[in-house]
Amino acid sequence: MSLDAPEGHIDLTLNGDRITVPAAATDRLSDVLRDGAGALDVKVGCNAGDCGACTVLLDGAPVCACVTAAGQAQGRHVETQAGLVAHSDTAQRLAKAFQRHQAAQCGICTPGMMVSAVALLRSGATPTEAQVADMLGGVLCRCTGYRKIIAAVLDAASDDDPLAEGGIGQPVARLDGWPKVAGTERFGDDVAPPEALVLRVIRSPFHRATFRFGDLDGFRDRTGLDLILTAADIPGENRFGVIPGFEDQPVFAEHEARFKGEAVAAVIGRKEVIAALPDFPVTWQERRANLTPAGAAKAAMLHPDRADNVMCRGYVARGNAEAALAQAAHVVSGDFSTGFIEHGYIEPEAASARRVGDRIEVHCCTQAPYMNRDELAGILGLAPEAVRILPTAVGGGFGSKLDLTAQPFVALAAWILGQPVRLAYSRSESIATSTKRHPSEIHMEIGADATGRIVAARFEGTFNTGAYASWGPTVANRVPIHASGPYLTPNYQARSTGVHTNTAPAGAFRGFGVPQSAVAQEQLYDLLAARLGMDRLEFRRRNCLRNGDPTVTGQVFDTGMGIDACFDVLKPHWDRALADAATANARGTHLRRGVAVAGGWYGCGNTSMSNPSTIRAGVTSAGEMMLHQGAVDIGQGSNTVITQIFAQALGVPVSQVTLIGPDTDQTPDAGKTSASRQTFITGNAARLAGAALRAQILRLGNVGAEATIAFRDGAVELSEDGVTRRIDLPARDGYALEVVESYDPPTLPLDENGQGAPYAVFGTAAQMVELEVDTELGTVRLLKVTAAHDVGKAINPLLVEGQIEGGIAQGIGLALMEEFLPGRTENLHDYLIPTMGDVPDIRSIIVESGDAHGPYGAKGLGEHCLIPTAPAVLNAIADATGARIHHLPATPDRVRAAILARRDAADRATE
Amino acid sequence: MTLYRPDSLDSALSLLGKGGMTVLAGGTDVYPGLRDGAPPAHLLDISGIAGLRGIARAGGQWRIGAATTWTDVIRADLPPLFDGLKLAAREVGSVQIQNSGTVAGNLCNASPAADGVPVLMALDALVEVQGPGGSRQVPLTDFIAGPRAVALDPGELVTAVLIPDGPGQGAFLKLGARRYLVISIAMVGAVIATRSGRIDRARVAVGSCGPVARRLTGVETALTGAAPGDVARLVAAADLPELAPIDDVRATATYRNDAARTLIARAILMAMEAPHVA
Ligand SMILES: Cc1cc2nc3c(=O)[nH]c(=O)nc-3n(C[C@H](O)[C@H](O)[C@H](O)COP(=O)(O)OP(=O)(O)OC[C@H]3O[C@@H](n4cnc5c(N)ncnc54)[C@H](O)[C@@H]3O)c2cc1C
Ligand code: FES
Ligand code: FES
Repeated sequence: MSLDAPEGHIDLTLNGDRITVPAAATDRLSDVLRDGAGALDVKVGCNAGDCGACTVLLDGAPVCACVTAAGQAQGRHVETQAGLVAHSDTAQRLAKAFQRHQAAQCGICTPGMMVSAVALLRSGATPTEAQVADMLGGVLCRCTGYRKIIAAVLDAASDDDPLAEGGIGQPVARLDGWPKVAGTERFGDDVAPPEALVLRVIRSPFHRATFRFGDLDGFRDRTGLDLILTAADIPGENRFGVIPGFEDQPVFAEHEARFKGEAVAAVIGRKEVIAALPDFPVTWQERRANLTPAGAAKAAMLHPDRADNVMCRGYVARGNAEAALAQAAHVVSGDFSTGFIEHGYIEPEAASARRVGDRIEVHCCTQAPYMNRDELAGILGLAPEAVRILPTAVGGGFGSKLDLTAQPFVALAAWILGQPVRLAYSRSESIATSTKRHPSEIHMEIGADATGRIVAARFEGTFNTGAYASWGPTVANRVPIHASGPYLTPNYQARSTGVHTNTAPAGAFRGFGVPQSAVAQEQLYDLLAARLGMDRLEFRRRNCLRNGDPTVTGQVFDTGMGIDACFDVLKPHWDRALADAATANARGTHLRRGVAVAGGWYGCGNTSMSNPSTIRAGVTSAGEMMLHQGAVDIGQGSNTVITQIFAQALGVPVSQVTLIGPDTDQTPDAGKTSASRQTFITGNAARLAGAALRAQILRLGNVGAEATIAFRDGAVELSEDGVTRRIDLPARDGYALEVVESYDPPTLPLDENGQGAPYAVFGTAAQMVELEVDTELGTVRLLKVTAAHDVGKAINPLLVEGQIEGGIAQGIGLALMEEFLPGRTENLHDYLIPTMGDVPDIRSIIVESGDAHGPYGAKGLGEHCLIPTAPAVLNAIADATGARIHHLPATPDRVRAAILARRDAADRATE
Repeated sequence: MTLYRPDSLDSALSLLGKGGMTVLAGGTDVYPGLRDGAPPAHLLDISGIAGLRGIARAGGQWRIGAATTWTDVIRADLPPLFDGLKLAAREVGSVQIQNSGTVAGNLCNASPAADGVPVLMALDALVEVQGPGGSRQVPLTDFIAGPRAVALDPGELVTAVLIPDGPGQGAFLKLGARRYLVISIAMVGAVIATRSGRIDRARVAVGSCGPVARRLTGVETALTGAAPGDVARLVAAADLPELAPIDDVRATATYRNDAARTLIARAILMAMEAPHVA
């Protein structure tokens, strides 16, 4: 006898319904649930058991559907997030708890998290934090830092409703949150029509290779493919890029591939045809490749106009650093390096496209719809208006989803074929080919006078920008402006160089190079404090920038420089932590406690460049308030924050506002979601739009500035001095009332010495890390992070905490475990990101120093959270052990080696 | 693209006898191993075979059926001898992986980093194999023939892992660069039987420090008669010729040699403490 299903079908009970789905029994259960049963709440992040996004309950037990054969579910019960939330009280309460705690940011990990948590909660017992972590530890989250997820699961017994209303400063639940916790959110790979053809990209297996195609037409006809695309098929320019003047990346390489994984061709066909495709007819000739900046000057030129493979340089100078260092009482210096860091969002890149007449529509997970539109137009040889970008929900971005990835392939194929085409990157494709954080090699010197005042700093940084420019020029420009940290540095010289190599392009990743420079600067400040015999926090408080001080570009902020307040609020925690560590270390075991602090700052918005945002809002004749909000919410919360700002300025509750967008046909350009600019810049546009609409409405009713506005039953109601009046709205096509407002932050260009006003706003942060090092094994256990952030004004404090916690988790990864090695760590078991067990308790302290430009005084926040974390961790390791890690990540072998080297040096010194 | 799901061992063996089959248990090695490729044409799923799942004791021997998952191990009521195996079970991947992945699959996959191997080596495990030639028992140390290589002939299936009962308490320590879902940099399984507080018999094995996990016979002998206070010194002085680590993305060879020694001493001491697994 056999348990076999009837050939070609699987019968199972899905969320209580008995279903029969056509499937091969050897298919992955995840694919069958998604494609066959329409359970799109089952997410695929890796296809290897590594991320847990595909977790379902199989007869009540959580398993990864991607490593389960569909046939193994024959006759059994499968439950998914959407079904659980629809049918089970436990899951309903859990969903509400996720909303209350903002435990879902982008929401791509939420199905896996919630399904695992339901399995735990069903047992009825009240779980401990450790049990939650053990149960949910198999699901990776790149956004939240896990703390709010743990809190939500621990609070899942409560049935309280999430906070649905609130003005500026209120922790309103994510306005776009319910679909994420109910399993109905649609991401990049969830929206393609069923008839869409599938596209697969043919990529270089070598870091550098020339290639020649065989008989492509013959191959297409023989295999039943619909289309093969190569560089020859591009109607417009085979070239794209994000920085004007640096558009250097081809959609398909021509003759030579410059990095491993670069696209050379694409095949398009029905799913079965693609799955059964034999080897693609291409012959490769491997060429000598260069993977590091060290060899770049001698290596073959990647781009004919960039001598020595130097992409560009950045420079900031103020005073005379050389002379001041020569005279300084104390000088410390050091070399530091970091590797490629992968964004590691749980949603791989995905897009689908269809041709509609003479236009092309692209659904994709993106951070930059208008930039994508314009770049695609150039590639397709179309006017920008002929391209429509419809962003889906984005399952994490962190900078990498600013650049084009899957979009040009599907757009071109759909354009030529007139049929919808889809593409979802595999995890290895995503890691191998998407942009990365720039590896850095930094030499820095800092000098102080005898009283402990910083007198000068000199910084030299080389950044591996990979085969193409991407956001490399931004990194080269930003780093010299930020490498002093938020400290008064009268004499300063910083140079940065971006160098091309045969690796995946390095681009934008939370912080644009600043987290790397902070690793050098903040470690050296600890060395300097030690040299001076000063307390490390006190040293920083004494030297940090205050209102009225010039930055290294000579910019002076009269208000809003809040770093001193950040250090000040840490002081009691610092004293407590030092005492705790001293007590623990008095035991004298192989476990050593360390405590350390680091500061950071980040200029919000583009560097010395116009980067406006536009918001449109309209009231329909039926009295509905529509907000066209084009700032893509990649989990950071712009849908909520922008609406809160708009509603406050208009003077209505957030529940009266209906969000539209993003969609390049419907929402005006709100710029890209990067550089911590959306709250500040789009937020300002929303504030202006709300205020303008308010003025229009008040004029319409001829009432005073204090009147209240409400939209009710197809009309506007205005109340003033206890009198309420209804104003019927004119019936017309389009909106009865409409406003469009833009905001562009005031900045000034930098001169040849990098002097000027590059940003209208800087956000600042100080973080304190407590940890324990097992000195025999070199392993590091984090105990607590206390994070003080000056956000100007917290529009939504819970969202602020979420950003802080998520940024800290990424900083922990940067410090302790993450490094992408081209060709070697192209999956999520060799490329490690922190799990639920690696992020300690985080105490966020929100400092509100206001801001002259930000909406209601709010500053941006996204990147700041990550900047101090890694150096604080490294400083704490040094505090615990005396061993300083110069080359990241501080993996156990490196920490142990540093401890042994220090011991050897001490032994030699005493011999 | 066929998945065979026999419900009896006989039909499984006869299907296997036809050749061209890939055995599938939890699938947690088989599916990731495909990378993004198509599954093998013929998969033989053994997870539904009656009598292959579960842990039982008979005739002085413990029997872990080939379809027994890591979660089954965690939930089983077992003596302190198995404390190391239970600890290892909790360290395999994640709850999801423990719910699907089997002990036997871990051995058959024969990864140098398989957490089950050193701990079962320290338990003197035997692998029960059935095939066209009947049934045979192979010591685990012989069964694992090399990295990703096992002593299985065509048509043969692992049906159980057998562990001789006896005195002693187990321990397991795993070293990785993060808390969950982590491939071991090094791991140690130990089983220690004591008499009057001193080591009567020590069994210790190390994984991820060479192409295959190894028993450390030299140290085991040296430890006989040792008190807890002697362990660190004896381990520090030991030769450990069995360790032959390499540099890889997880750690350097130098570090593995050094850390393994620390783990060995700690695992032995842990196996001498009062029972710690609930
Ligand atoms: C995300 C993730 C994390 C992991 N973490 C760990 C970890 O921390 N430690 C660790 O050791 N492993 C880990 N693994 C590997 C894997 O989970 C274990 O090795 C597991 O025990 C394999 O069991 P399985 O039943 O899933 O094997 P399967 O994948 O079903 O089979 C594995 C191999 O054994 C063969 N096979 C299985 N059963 C038999 C049998 N009875 N007779 C003959 N051949 C057989 C199969 O043909 C296949 O070659 C991890 C895997 C994943 C995906
Ligand atoms: S998709 Fe299944 S674990 Fe990642
Ligand atoms: S919210 Fe967890 S990955 Fe985005």
